[in-house]
Amino acid sequence: MTGKAHKYGDNVDTDVIIPARYLNTSDARELAAHCMEDIDAEFSAKVHSGDIMTAGENFGCGSSREHAPLAIKASGISCVIAASFARIFFRNAINIGLPILECKEAALDSLDGDEMEIDLTQGFIINKRLGKKYSVPPYPAEIREIIARGGLFG
Amino acid sequence: MGMTLSQKILADKAGLEEVKPGQLVTAKLDLVLGNDITSPVAINELNKAGKSGVFDKDKIALVMDHFAPNKDIKSAQQCKKCREFALAENITHFYDVGEMGIEHALLPEKGLVCPGDLVIGADSHTCTYGALGAFSTGVGSTDMAYGMHKGTAWFKVPSAIKVLLKGKKAANICGKDVILHLIGKIGVCGALYKSLEFAGDGCRNLDIDDRFTICNMAIEAGAKNGIFAYDEITAEYLNGRTSRKGKIHEADKNAEYEQTVEIDLSALTPTVAFPHLPENTRTVDQAGDIKIDQVVIGSCTNGHISDLRAAANVFKGRKVAKGVRAIIIPATNEIYLQAIKEGLAEIFINAGAVISTPTCGPCLGGYMGILAENERCVATTNRNFVGRMGHITSEIYLASPYVAACSAVLGKIGVL
Repeated sequence: MTGKAHKYGDNVDTDVIIPARYLNTSDARELAAHCMEDIDAEFSAKVHSGDIMTAGENFGCGSSREHAPLAIKASGISCVIAASFARIFFRNAINIGLPILECKEAALDSLDGDEMEIDLTQGFIINKRLGKKYSVPPYPAEIREIIARGGLFG
Repeated sequence: MGMTLSQKILADKAGLEEVKPGQLVTAKLDLVLGNDITSPVAINELNKAGKSGVFDKDKIALVMDHFAPNKDIKSAQQCKKCREFALAENITHFYDVGEMGIEHALLPEKGLVCPGDLVIGADSHTCTYGALGAFSTGVGSTDMAYGMHKGTAWFKVPSAIKVLLKGKKAANICGKDVILHLIGKIGVCGALYKSLEFAGDGCRNLDIDDRFTICNMAIEAGAKNGIFAYDEITAEYLNGRTSRKGKIHEADKNAEYEQTVEIDLSALTPTVAFPHLPENTRTVDQAGDIKIDQVVIGSCTNGHISDLRAAANVFKGRKVAKGVRAIIIPATNEIYLQAIKEGLAEIFINAGAVISTPTCGPCLGGYMGILAENERCVATTNRNFVGRMGHITSEIYLASPYVAACSAVLGKIGVL
């Protein structure tokens, strides 16, 4: 998969990914329209299908709201690369089939707008602007299996 | 290598002799919890997957607490969906307006959690029940759906941090100060993926409400779960609430901990977490001159009777400062009634504070006290991220009920 990066910092929490005032719906399109609203009001307008989200440490910290990875996935983001993930967000993303990769170097090197290429099977990330390739250790078999079938329920 | 208390419970529920940190296991659940904003997504998942039927109608709890009594049509539709599901699946523990309370105060009150239980909940503060010696952790709606249907969940076995408590807390210090101090020390990802196991002689000096508060905020340090070993304090709380015995585990003497953090309870002073992270802590004497607009005393973190008593102690004979809105939210109807019986409700109203029916309301920016542009709130809640309680320029200062009540009277952050 290839796409442009949208870069964010550390501790991007679930309240900025999808504010609670929108949790009275579970409609993916509605959630996508308000994704990242309180931290980047333009995100939902500027994101294109296939784009990548990159971020620092502890991405997705806070609430267990599955609306958070749902909003990100529905906005068109094909993969989130972060230095580290908060644990509930991590398992939620896997459970709904949103690809996520933990790679500190790739995340921190990236800048907004960078063209990135990702190969989940082979386990690498390429930053085209930097001409740099990063390898990502594969997830345990059980987790790869959930991602491969598109989520916990498959 | 011995196992930690949390590992013991996971091993037991996974039907294994032993588990090691990092290992992936599938374990049997004793309870699956959801609320009015997370259950609809779970119900959708089950419908999408064409699955119907739950593994055990007595081991699921659905609590309508976040946007209930409903704040708008969409929220009402969500509760309706939950109501219909509960009826169709004959769910025993469905708590609607009139029976509901804030889930993490309600479930222990109803005796639904025992020591040694494995609990998942589609709410990040499900870690609260670790106070009863259970392994309890927050998950998303898909895990909740799977759990309701199959009665199991996958887990990555966590390593652990031991939090060694010693000494006795001073008057006006409570569980909130303990956990804020800890999060200030180790940071919002200081316990990422780990268990926070509270131990040491100091545990005896923390009452059950302190323990609920402490475990409640384990997630704010990134922890998978927080837990206290079962003792007489747990036994006294559970007495009469449940006929189930549960299973009492103990960490092995040779259990390995990634680190040990020591906290001297007697050295703690009132602590506040400044915007916009729970780790941004300062003691109240270092707070400076911060004028405030609102105070919220309640939530799953600090809506218990001891919290209301602490607040009433401050408000008695005093008035909420002009220009400050003080909102008190007992966590359950049992607590609310107790507060009325003890004369606390009268104290609150005479002081110029207001009392709400149990609801999560303002904690997550739902309703019942949303903040306007540039407004500041001292809250006994658990998160102070940007926009959490309202306008993105508003600020939340996390504190104990004592500090919140004092601040309401002073009109600024402080203690009397």
